[in-house]
Amino acid sequence: MILVFLAILVWLTGWWLNSRLASGPQADTPMVRFLAPLIFGLTVIGVWELLVQGLEVPLVILPAPSVIAVRFADSLPILWADFTQTIIKGALSGYIIGCTAAFLMAIAVDRWDFLRLGLLPVGNFVAALPIVGTAPILVMWFGFDWHSKAAVVVVMVFFPMLVNTVAGLREATSMQRDLMETYAATYWQSFVKLRLPAAMPFVFNGLKISTTLALIGAIVAEFFGSPTLGMGFRISTSVGQLSLDMVWAEIVVAALAGTAFYGLVAMIEKAVTFWHPSQRG
Amino acid sequence: MKQITAVLWVVAAIVAFWYIACIPMNIDSALNAAERAGEQVDPPNAKERMQENDIILVWDNSFAIPDTWDQDRPRLPAPHEVITELWDSTVGKKITSKRSLVYHGWVTLSATMLGFVIGTGLGILLAVGIVHSKVMDLSVMPWAIVSQTIPIIALAPMIIVVLYSVGVQGIIPKAIISAYLSFFPVVVGMVKGLRSPDAMQLDLLRTYNASQSQGFWKLRLPASMPYLFASLKIGIAASLVGAIVGELPTGAVAGLGARLLAGSYYGQTVQIWSALFAAAILAGCLVGLLGLIERTVLRRMGMAQ
Repeated sequence: MILVFLAILVWLTGWWLNSRLASGPQADTPMVRFLAPLIFGLTVIGVWELLVQGLEVPLVILPAPSVIAVRFADSLPILWADFTQTIIKGALSGYIIGCTAAFLMAIAVDRWDFLRLGLLPVGNFVAALPIVGTAPILVMWFGFDWHSKAAVVVVMVFFPMLVNTVAGLREATSMQRDLMETYAATYWQSFVKLRLPAAMPFVFNGLKISTTLALIGAIVAEFFGSPTLGMGFRISTSVGQLSLDMVWAEIVVAALAGTAFYGLVAMIEKAVTFWHPSQRG
Repeated sequence: MKQITAVLWVVAAIVAFWYIACIPMNIDSALNAAERAGEQVDPPNAKERMQENDIILVWDNSFAIPDTWDQDRPRLPAPHEVITELWDSTVGKKITSKRSLVYHGWVTLSATMLGFVIGTGLGILLAVGIVHSKVMDLSVMPWAIVSQTIPIIALAPMIIVVLYSVGVQGIIPKAIISAYLSFFPVVVGMVKGLRSPDAMQLDLLRTYNASQSQGFWKLRLPASMPYLFASLKIGIAASLVGAIVGELPTGAVAGLGARLLAGSYYGQTVQIWSALFAAAILAGCLVGLLGLIERTVLRRMGMAQ
């Protein structure tokens, strides 16, 4: 019971700290913007730990953060093997193939108006569909190993990337296009020097959406069959064995990988589209 | 008009490509069947045919091409097979039958809708809180944004099993997964929408001596509608994916996800494809319906483009 009271106390302290920070004079400084979510996160973890211990919640319902951390530290080799199988081999290779293919397709779509008129509505429609459902078919075709997961990822990232890139390639204004025309620029010159750079914010938007989709595709595809390795495999078998601490450890890995992947793409975006208003602050 | 022709051409090209792709994909099983029927097949035994390139097989045994479009368990079913199966399992079966796609679709749809309503409701509430409270904005908003970069769907099997172990099963666990998948897009979109009125408009309300709640009901909420509908469309698609994935770990009882999994267990490819198309049609209808509501609402509000 004491632990439960302690949990309430931790919650109130965290909230009080953040209220002070938010109403204080430095509310809009970068330090507070960094500190406040951190305090909130730590408070949630503290309350979680204390409540699970105080109410003696069984392991099969919700393991405490400390148990998850111990399991995470103990099974680093397994987690690393799963990470390379699912993220590096499955998600990353599929992401690169899918995004490259969609980018090249977008250039073709942009070149021929007929393709744009016909393919874009189809692409928009397909982008909203539950494409994860193709996973059982692709697993059947490409086998249980990472190739089928990469194939699922390719199908998942293709259409969002295509739609975004095509939208981006039309971003240059007619004034700018006319200027290139007066310079007697060829199609490819105006493409490389005007429309490709102008498309970059949209391309990176598509790339950022695709990072999450790639991880979802690679993990969910493993629910339909996989070698005895991989994050989706580990999650589904550990759930079956009711060792939820292992499941949570995998989810921590997935969260870290997802944030790192997204952050990496966002960093590249910052370097490439430094001229865009949203990046100049 | 020009657009419709272009779309039709693209769709026709996809269907044609599909039929052509069926030939090399299914040639092996078609030739095996032909051999059993006593016909002359080019590499005469199945083992040699396994090693032969599929394209060369098609070239040498062109008589078997029509058979590749009419297989019981093809690697890639032809479009008409999928459509026949779709027709049979929706119109041809009684709705209450376990083999009716309408029944399975309804199971998935009800979980999707329940989860979507819960998720968007909570999402809008949290967004209102974030816009009006600086503390919540500072501490919760960054996590809502980060959560969009995480494959939270990985939580799905665990939620199903944990809820099962405390005695909750049926529609609720799937609805919870649907709810949290649609929750975060709605929060992020709605916060953007509620903040979309510019300083000029907010100042105008201040000169009218409008209260906080008047500002919310008369300016912020109407202004957020386009953003809300954009994120609702993302949310409903995510909800459907959540409901389908939520059906996988329960061991394929009912629902479109269960049809997918059962099909992949028993090699029933036509069943997988028809379930996939049913899911696609469902998603298309849901997003289309939201688009229709969006157009009507925005037109009534005078915001339609």
